[in-house]
Amino acid sequence: MKKILTVIALTAAVMVHAQDDKFTGAMKKNLAQFDSVKTTQDYTNLANNFERIGDAEKTQWLPYYYAGLALTTAAWSDQSLDKDKNAEKVKALCDKAEAIEKNAEILTIRNMAATQQMMVDPQNRWQTYGMEAGSALQKGMQIDPNNPRLYYLQGMSIFNTPEQFGGGKDKAKPIFEKAVALFKAAQPKPLYPNWGQKQAEDMLAKCQ
Amino acid sequence: MFYQTDVMRYLTAVIFSLIIPTTIFSQTTISGKVKDNKGKPLAGASITIKDSYDGASADSAGNFKFTSSETGEHLLTVTNIGYNSFEQKITLNGTAIVINASLKEKLDELKAVTVTAGSFAAGDNKRAATVLTSLDIATVGGGNADITAAVKTLPGAQQVGDQDGLFVRGGAGYETKQYIDGTVVNNPFFTSIPDISTRGRFSPFLFKGTVFSTGGYSALYGQALSSALILESIDLPEQSAANASISPILVGAGFQQLDKNKKSSWGVNYSYVNLVAYFNIVSQTPDYFKMPEFHNGDANFRIKTKSGGMIKYYTTFSKSKLGLRRPDIDSMAIKNAFGIDNLNWYNNLSWRENLGRGWKMNLGLSYSTNSDDLTQELQDQNNNPQKFPDQPWLAYKNFVIDARQELSQVKAVFDKKMFGISTVRFGGEYWYNVDRSKFNDTMRKISDNYQALFAETDIYLTNDLAAKIGGRFERSSIINKTNIAPRVSLAYKVGQGAQVSAAYGMFYQKPENSQLYYSTNLGYTKATHYIINYQKMTNDRIFRIEAYYKKYEDLIKTIPRNYYYFDYNNSGSGHAQGFELFWRDKKSIKNFDYWISYSYLDTKRDYLNFPGQLQPNFAANHTASLVMKRFIMDIKTGFNFTYTYATGRPYYFFQYNGTGNKYTIGDQGTTKDFHNLGFSMNYVPSVGKTNAKTFWVLVASVTNVLGYNPVYGYNYSYNGANKQPIVPPAKRFFFIGAFFSWGVDRTQDAINNNL
Repeated sequence: MKKILTVIALTAAVMVHAQDDKFTGAMKKNLAQFDSVKTTQDYTNLANNFERIGDAEKTQWLPYYYAGLALTTAAWSDQSLDKDKNAEKVKALCDKAEAIEKNAEILTIRNMAATQQMMVDPQNRWQTYGMEAGSALQKGMQIDPNNPRLYYLQGMSIFNTPEQFGGGKDKAKPIFEKAVALFKAAQPKPLYPNWGQKQAEDMLAKCQ
Repeated sequence: MFYQTDVMRYLTAVIFSLIIPTTIFSQTTISGKVKDNKGKPLAGASITIKDSYDGASADSAGNFKFTSSETGEHLLTVTNIGYNSFEQKITLNGTAIVINASLKEKLDELKAVTVTAGSFAAGDNKRAATVLTSLDIATVGGGNADITAAVKTLPGAQQVGDQDGLFVRGGAGYETKQYIDGTVVNNPFFTSIPDISTRGRFSPFLFKGTVFSTGGYSALYGQALSSALILESIDLPEQSAANASISPILVGAGFQQLDKNKKSSWGVNYSYVNLVAYFNIVSQTPDYFKMPEFHNGDANFRIKTKSGGMIKYYTTFSKSKLGLRRPDIDSMAIKNAFGIDNLNWYNNLSWRENLGRGWKMNLGLSYSTNSDDLTQELQDQNNNPQKFPDQPWLAYKNFVIDARQELSQVKAVFDKKMFGISTVRFGGEYWYNVDRSKFNDTMRKISDNYQALFAETDIYLTNDLAAKIGGRFERSSIINKTNIAPRVSLAYKVGQGAQVSAAYGMFYQKPENSQLYYSTNLGYTKATHYIINYQKMTNDRIFRIEAYYKKYEDLIKTIPRNYYYFDYNNSGSGHAQGFELFWRDKKSIKNFDYWISYSYLDTKRDYLNFPGQLQPNFAANHTASLVMKRFIMDIKTGFNFTYTYATGRPYYFFQYNGTGNKYTIGDQGTTKDFHNLGFSMNYVPSVGKTNAKTFWVLVASVTNVLGYNPVYGYNYSYNGANKQPIVPPAKRFFFIGAFFSWGVDRTQDAINNNL
């Protein structure tokens, strides 16, 4: 009996390990691509790769998160991209990720997607998408008050809001300071998100 | 030892089973093309072997190629956002597979075209027909936050300043009806005074959506021959708040309470308007012997239901009086004193509910009562009453009218989604109205039971092609006649943000109650609309062009029998045709928003006492408006200018020459062109103070800045010998007022509009 149990345990361990290696390997391979992708098409391909991994794995939220990150990253630089259509896809990915685990990182993606939609027509969309972006940050801070990316994104939002409306670099500066401090203290797990530190430091420099 | 080998052997088997497929069998290449159902390549579509990591993305030509080490039967899926996914079973055995996938676009209400022919929508929802927001309506320069004044800056509406109502595309004012949450409003304007137009009873802030339809509207709305103004009231407020307003002519206060769980709210408001101080400063042409005075109160409650529905009740009560004296047209020696006391009570209860399984319900109940005590008296120069029993043309000007109208309505609309986003909608309505009028000592009373059944369907063939087909069956008991009115409209997307739409419909309207008092042996008046429209819309710009033809039939005609008596019949007719342009641009000049409307109208009708087909006195051939808005952040002030122009309108003097049953034209002419420049500014000190507890706005406005003297038409003495221009009671109207709100931060509204 003991023998059989050991066999099963060992087999399971080996299979999980093999599966894990496959997952980790695929994730690492695709994560490495973040450094080389340039065009929207590249980012779309990358997002599709991540989504495929997520769909196959069924219990991992990270692939969906990175798929969303790839699409929002593309949207920051591609002016001609249909932001509503892109955000629709990103939010669908966030839904899939949150069905597995609700966390602050996914809310950073939601914030970016809504912000991009708001920026299409700020004066008419502030109330809808601006609110949506802001509430994603608030929810994120409730879940994880020490997530540096949330503060970086909050700083960006304040930095880009005109001074008359309560924004500007003076108001953004303490937020970026907090973000940078949190980035320095953060110890990301392997495969977990660790982007944003350099951007936050650059923004802080702009606020000086 | 034996024990270990056993495990080893087992493990080897397991490991082999994991590795063998990839090493023994060669990989399978899968390639192909992804297109949409129109044959356009879908770049970025994701191709996946289900439950594996293997797959690819389509390139800009829609092509893809990848290899998979999986074997056996698998499901290949192709997905793209906004499209239905494609699935195909494949067998992976090393033989190359070629897939040609065609993806069908998902039908989506937000992306699908909507019919814009004849329809201008204002509101906060993202419909294609939305051209104005609620705040736009409130900040039209010189419009004094009157919905009708704002709507008059859109194409299709005439600049009529001497009568109430919206005169649309050759239609008279009473041919436009207003509907709140589906039910018709009986007295949407404060009671009219001869030759002076009055403002609407309802504030633009009560509504989240306004649709100004200049024709071809849905089968849900009836009894409006020319135009429908469809108002949708707001839901729950964002926060509890108290408000107050103060101005030399007005004081007001109100309170709105939002329940803690944000599921229900209630509110009350009261305002008092008195023009005595204002008239002392700004002199008026008429001599006001009773200063205009208005008490307005309103109350509401709103409840959100469990399944996301909404129950709303709104009631408003108003009591007003005024009296004015003007020289009589028939004699220089006498004056004509007109007085009015008005009481109006309006109630609207609506219930919107999701019934599940794609069913929705809209119920509306409304009750309104309006009573007018009108007196007109001829007076001498010392304001003493004068009687002229031997001169009937003067004698009839001494009168007392006590008029009271009541309207009760119930309307139910059911809505069912089927086949994607296509919708079937049907329902019915019932109106019961009683009008009593006592003219001197003659009492008249009429009542009508009006029933209607309607059905329509929104059919979406693709996101780019939509049709709305409907019909309406109506019956009115007082004229004892029925009618069936078909309505059809189509919309087709021709490019990014661009669409063509067309509408056709038959519209019926009962004769006016003032006519039904004399004869109920009348039929419906009828209009047939044909409209074609092109619209191109981007985020910051809208361009529209629309052409129409309207045919009027069975209009009410006045048939004279002798000098003092006449009959009515349905022998009138007419037509209207024209085209209209609209352009709005928020982009070209930073922080500057403007729109331009132009309407060309060619219309003639033979109705009432017209001797033949004539251009009516409310119709100008060319009408144009330019509305400009600019908010200057540094001084937290918005400046709004509205310029309107219309070519002269015809005017007539019709008289009966004693023979035949027709009037003849005694005199006619065309008024001079009409110009008006309206201006308003609003100072919003709390803009930018994100945590301001008090929100306040200082509003100042003036109409007719340039001091142009408009002439709306002419009044004639009974014999046509004397003719007097119809002019407004004062050249300009000035307004200054401060509006405060505590508790709710409305700064966001100001930001939205002015960022």
